[in-house]
Amino acid sequence: MERRQFIKNTAAATAITGMGLPLMAFEKPKANHLTILHTNDVHSYIDPFPATHPKSPNMGGVARRAALIESIRTENPNVLLLDAGDIFQGTPYFNYFGGELEFKLMSLMRYDLSTMGNHDFDNGIDGFYAQLPNAQFEFVSANYDFRNTILDGIVKPYKIFDKNGIKVGVFGLGIELAGLVDKRNYKETVYHDPVAVAKDMAHTLKHGQKCDLVVCLSHLGYQYKNDPDKISDMKLAAATQDLDLIIGGHTHTFLDKPTVVKNAAGIDTIVNQAGCYGINLGRIDFYFDTDKSKLSNGRSIIV
Amino acid sequence: MVKLKNYNVPLNYFVLFLTFAAAVSCGPQKPVVTRIEGKEISIDEKAGSSTEIERIVKPYRDKVDQDLNTVLAYAPETLDKNGQWQTTMGNLFADVAMQYGNKVFEKREGKKIDIVMLNHGGIRTIIPKGDVTTRAAFEIMPFENSMVVCAMNGATVMELINYFIAEKKPHPLSGLTFTIDKNGVAKNILVQGKPIEDGKIYYVGTNDYLYNGGDNMLFFKKSTAKYDLDYKLRNILIDYFKDADTIPATRDVRISQEK
Repeated sequence: MERRQFIKNTAAATAITGMGLPLMAFEKPKANHLTILHTNDVHSYIDPFPATHPKSPNMGGVARRAALIESIRTENPNVLLLDAGDIFQGTPYFNYFGGELEFKLMSLMRYDLSTMGNHDFDNGIDGFYAQLPNAQFEFVSANYDFRNTILDGIVKPYKIFDKNGIKVGVFGLGIELAGLVDKRNYKETVYHDPVAVAKDMAHTLKHGQKCDLVVCLSHLGYQYKNDPDKISDMKLAAATQDLDLIIGGHTHTFLDKPTVVKNAAGIDTIVNQAGCYGINLGRIDFYFDTDKSKLSNGRSIIV
Repeated sequence: MVKLKNYNVPLNYFVLFLTFAAAVSCGPQKPVVTRIEGKEISIDEKAGSSTEIERIVKPYRDKVDQDLNTVLAYAPETLDKNGQWQTTMGNLFADVAMQYGNKVFEKREGKKIDIVMLNHGGIRTIIPKGDVTTRAAFEIMPFENSMVVCAMNGATVMELINYFIAEKKPHPLSGLTFTIDKNGVAKNILVQGKPIEDGKIYYVGTNDYLYNGGDNMLFFKKSTAKYDLDYKLRNILIDYFKDADTIPATRDVRISQEK
């Protein structure tokens, strides 16, 4: 099947904003291509669905996901592998082993970072903390204040990666916990408004830390048609700027292709989500250039 | 500055080249995004399979399989989660919670549950046509939530009904039927087949997550009494599957809407 293509050119201004600052790397970046791979709401689905399943026959499975990721790494080793939360809860693997296997397998696949979904609190904040030794990757959340919890200083707002000369800032956003997660499980975690936090994070990472790419790892949900006032990735994208990519979760949304949205500055940005249960893997490829003569054309987005 | 001579064209270019090169190398070399490509990739057997992952998973899977692969019942057709106001999965779950919750509630309190309301989001998967195993109960209801019964008056039950209408979700419901009129107001409200009475006390079964304000079902907190049944919803399903031979798809209309 041929993929429908959709190309958008944004104003030259997009490309220029990132350039105005001297005294940066004199060295030429080694890479001009970064592949971001992502999952969300895998919910402890480790084995593929059975062949007889009416909705997703023979889909998913961690062993297959690992093989797929490995083949992409062979094609382009410059990969950032992310998860947008709700790693836990959904199959007996979680009831029996509390998330141990999920974290171990994600570590083997070399996940770089995750944010926390509401179900990652299902064994309480202590149950999550207890499994952290099995995770060789970190968690970020910028709008959960963990100061008065066991996760204080462990789950940080953001993380910056140097991917062969490409500086990538990734921050996390979590959904409102009250009314969704039992207070006995999230304890003293304080939720802050994701839009205000995202604006602050985007500015810090793009202009303060001078990241080449800013990624938001969100568990807010893609869109709420029945509740249009509720904050979602689509609303967040339109309300902010300097975010190159929003990777979402929570709503288990299967998209045919990533969504291109105009941000608050009128520039195209991308929102993506990979459904749930490890059935899909999202893939976003960023191609970079430092040759000024090519930059005036702006960026093209092909989805 | 280098003084350029008009006739020396090659030198002229050389100097220009140097100037340009200097500007580029000492200026910002920040990489800028020129092209973005995005897509969704299906994970299926075409991806191949990692033997290393398989090796790690195996002992965990063997342990779980040993416990959960027992076939308990049979589903002649698939029970689904799709529907505007009710679903076959939701109807089953609420009816079974009513039936099995009552076994404990009647014995302990000598009273009967009138209504059961759970949450649509709490049903995590469907029951596919075919054998139903213990594993199915874990996948439908992975949470450790237990059943509670709340005593509430008719006015609070009205809040429950208005929550339904506002949320527009097919939450599992048993024992209560009503019609939503053209103005979005409930009418023909029947509890156990009898018209609702404002002052009467009704016993409403739910789970501890919802009782504690989950999904913003805040009306449960207005209950005048709460009874913990110490019976996990998942165990209710397992006990039902053990007793049942076949799992029916119940399609009676509990909430209807006038167009």
